[in-house]
Amino acid sequence: MSTQLLLIQSLNGLQFGVLLFLVAAGLTLVFGVMDFINLAHGVQYMLGAYLGASLAAATGSFWLALVLALPATLLAGLALEWLVFRHLYGRDHLAQVLATFGVILSLNQLVRMVWGSAPLQMPTPALLEGSIPLMPGLNYPLYRAAILVAGLATAGLLWLVVERTRLGALVRAGATNAPMVAALGVDIHRLFMLVFGCGAMLAGFAGVMAAPILSVDPGMGDTVLILAFVVIVIGGIGSVRGAFIAALLVGLIETLGRSLMPDVMRLVLAPSPARQTGAALASMLVYVAMAGILAWRPRGLFPVRAG
Amino acid sequence: MAIFAALALAPLVGFGAGHSLSLLARAMILGLGALGLNLLVGGAGLISLGHAASFGIGAYALVMLDAAGQTDAGVVFPVAVLAAALFALLTGAVAIRTAGVNFIMITLAFGQMAFFTAASLSAYGGDDGYTLYGRTRLFGTRLLENRWFFHYLLLALLVLAWVVGRRLLASRFGRVLRAARENPLRVQAIGFSPTPYRLLAYTLAGALGGLAGALLANATEFVAPSFIAWQRSGDLLFMVILGGLGELHGAILGALAFVLLEEYLAELTPHWRLIFGPLLVLVALYLKGGLLGLVQRRG
Amino acid sequence: MAEPLLDLRHISKAFGALQVTQDVSLQVHRGEIHAVIGPNGAGKTTLVHQVSGTLTPDTGSIHFAGQDVTRLPLARRARLGLARSFQITAVLPGFSVLENVALAVQARRGSSFRFWRPAAAEPPLTACALDALAQLGLAGRAEALAGDLSHGERRQLELAIALAMQPRLLLLDEPLAGAGPEETERLVGILAGLKPRYGILLVEHDMQAVFALADRISVLVYGQVIATGTPAEIRANADVRAAYLGEDH
Repeated sequence: MSTQLLLIQSLNGLQFGVLLFLVAAGLTLVFGVMDFINLAHGVQYMLGAYLGASLAAATGSFWLALVLALPATLLAGLALEWLVFRHLYGRDHLAQVLATFGVILSLNQLVRMVWGSAPLQMPTPALLEGSIPLMPGLNYPLYRAAILVAGLATAGLLWLVVERTRLGALVRAGATNAPMVAALGVDIHRLFMLVFGCGAMLAGFAGVMAAPILSVDPGMGDTVLILAFVVIVIGGIGSVRGAFIAALLVGLIETLGRSLMPDVMRLVLAPSPARQTGAALASMLVYVAMAGILAWRPRGLFPVRAG
Repeated sequence: MAIFAALALAPLVGFGAGHSLSLLARAMILGLGALGLNLLVGGAGLISLGHAASFGIGAYALVMLDAAGQTDAGVVFPVAVLAAALFALLTGAVAIRTAGVNFIMITLAFGQMAFFTAASLSAYGGDDGYTLYGRTRLFGTRLLENRWFFHYLLLALLVLAWVVGRRLLASRFGRVLRAARENPLRVQAIGFSPTPYRLLAYTLAGALGGLAGALLANATEFVAPSFIAWQRSGDLLFMVILGGLGELHGAILGALAFVLLEEYLAELTPHWRLIFGPLLVLVALYLKGGLLGLVQRRG
Repeated sequence: MAEPLLDLRHISKAFGALQVTQDVSLQVHRGEIHAVIGPNGAGKTTLVHQVSGTLTPDTGSIHFAGQDVTRLPLARRARLGLARSFQITAVLPGFSVLENVALAVQARRGSSFRFWRPAAAEPPLTACALDALAQLGLAGRAEALAGDLSHGERRQLELAIALAMQPRLLLLDEPLAGAGPEETERLVGILAGLKPRYGILLVEHDMQAVFALADRISVLVYGQVIATGTPAEIRANADVRAAYLGEDH
């Protein structure tokens, strides 16, 4: 493998990482503040992608689709919160896992009913067609670069809000000790609605952005959800900083593993089985890393909650 | 027990047709796996979202032996059980160190690992799965292919697992396990470290899952990575809750209800999950104590 | 004097910049009640955690029955004979009173990796548990669910569990907290009766009880022991009066 390819794949890994971060950020804050496990968070990502793809097809404009899809995912998130999730606060994790699992089953099926099982395509916006030269003889697709930039910018913005504003201070305090914040007279449910809505929209945003480069299909939310959970568990639940670092780590491991493992395996195996085992090992790599990190630090890299 | 009696009589009172019997077989096998999971969730308070992995290990152990020409029950079942137990022991050693959500997530992650491994086993069909040409042989006979024999064998195993599980929970070991669920700090303060007890329970649940997996492979005569998909683990957890956490046989009742409901809804509409999903939400929200709790409140 | 049962040697602990335990040394002998008192925030709870093993001191060492236990976890110390009661009662609410105690007996008698025989059908376990309950006057409530007990009964159950462990040292974290006057009187009587057979490290707010029960008292202020002595000596100690009453020297 050449250094150039390695560079491209690293960029792809980072780009996947920022998408994961956008999904994981909402998840980790929702869990941090409300002690609520939302398996259905991946659904937001899927809805974002589907809404983006069909709105782009209907309006003919990527940008219009993006602008419309964001409030739509926000509304979908708030509707779910109102219908199901708010009845789950204060319940045990088991009930939360189960109920949100039920939401996944329902919405995956709903998506199948509305859009069919076949993957959807979403065209890249004309403005972001083409590629940018990184160095002589090495080009990187402009759209992927744009995702990377937009993701980093959103992460930066989120960091500013969480670290530098009063609202952010409340969210952080809520993640550390929610009963205390509630006792101090903050309306924790309103705070949570806000966090939840933002989280849903961020995941939807990630979905819209991912739609042109990934296939849009009914299972896409599940894949991202599980990886996002790996991210927040590695990062330490409730920690936005941890989620960011872990997301980039997982993105890199996942992407580089997929492109490198078959080559590594070829050192010891024949080409065809090498491709097979390489791919399998690559899919496992993230989980092995997670197991390793948790064996070493059972509460993740940046544990938030005291005691 | 009413459930066991019903299962024993079912084939005699008109449910002896091939389709009903295979449906009941599926329910009993899933019940066996769910019973193991209930030992963990209800007994030890450990919520595993990766229990389907043990099914998969058991099933794939059978597949590998089948491909190697070994189909004798005396070999197949012990290997399936031991393989699943070993997997549970190794992954459990890491998972038990964590608690709460992290435990749920790490078991999910190990389940995904098993899933991707199975999907990559090209020698055994990869994503497409592996078709078995014949069931496991019992003492050289094809007895397992007899529907009636298979039905009563499953029932016997289910009753056995239930009896053993109950004794286990009432024993000294089970007492420590249940106490650690209620208050781990208290248990440590009187001199127990909960870890080995939990790990053993996790391993036992894995072993039972392995047995169920090998049986499921026999029932369907086909094994695919979808056996290990994380949705399967979610289904198993649902069965446990649906039946009722408090008692071991809740898991059996839950599995039975689950399989019958799935069958009924699937006949009703291809979009049956659209009904099934909300139903699951409602059960999680409102059916505290599960179906057993419902029955007991009536009685 | 014989070797002390519990010996804290110069232990210190800090959380970040906050020094919660500072060079604390104290001993508890068999047959003695050594009480630790101090205003709120003096570091009493942190000290309890370090003695029981849920926290490890940064420096210094803890010796129990002649063995260095500084780095041993909670469960290992419990098996050596160090029983603690919890400030916020931590009984198992879903277990019967008897089973709560029988579990503690089980920890001292044989392996708990036994899988077949119902634990409730083991006469030695039940007998020992009933014995401990009788000492606390709870035998009549043996079959009740621990979650249904009154506050005072739960405090008694805490003690019964500790006794069932057949410990050498009782580490009692505010055993009288929340108890009414009558319950307090009963519990003080029970504790006085236990004294000859065990060493007791008593952390308590109820000064009347402490001065009635303790053989020696250590006063903890801002993580430091400012005085140790008999109740009479402590009463007369100028530093203690200053700390508690704000009197000038």
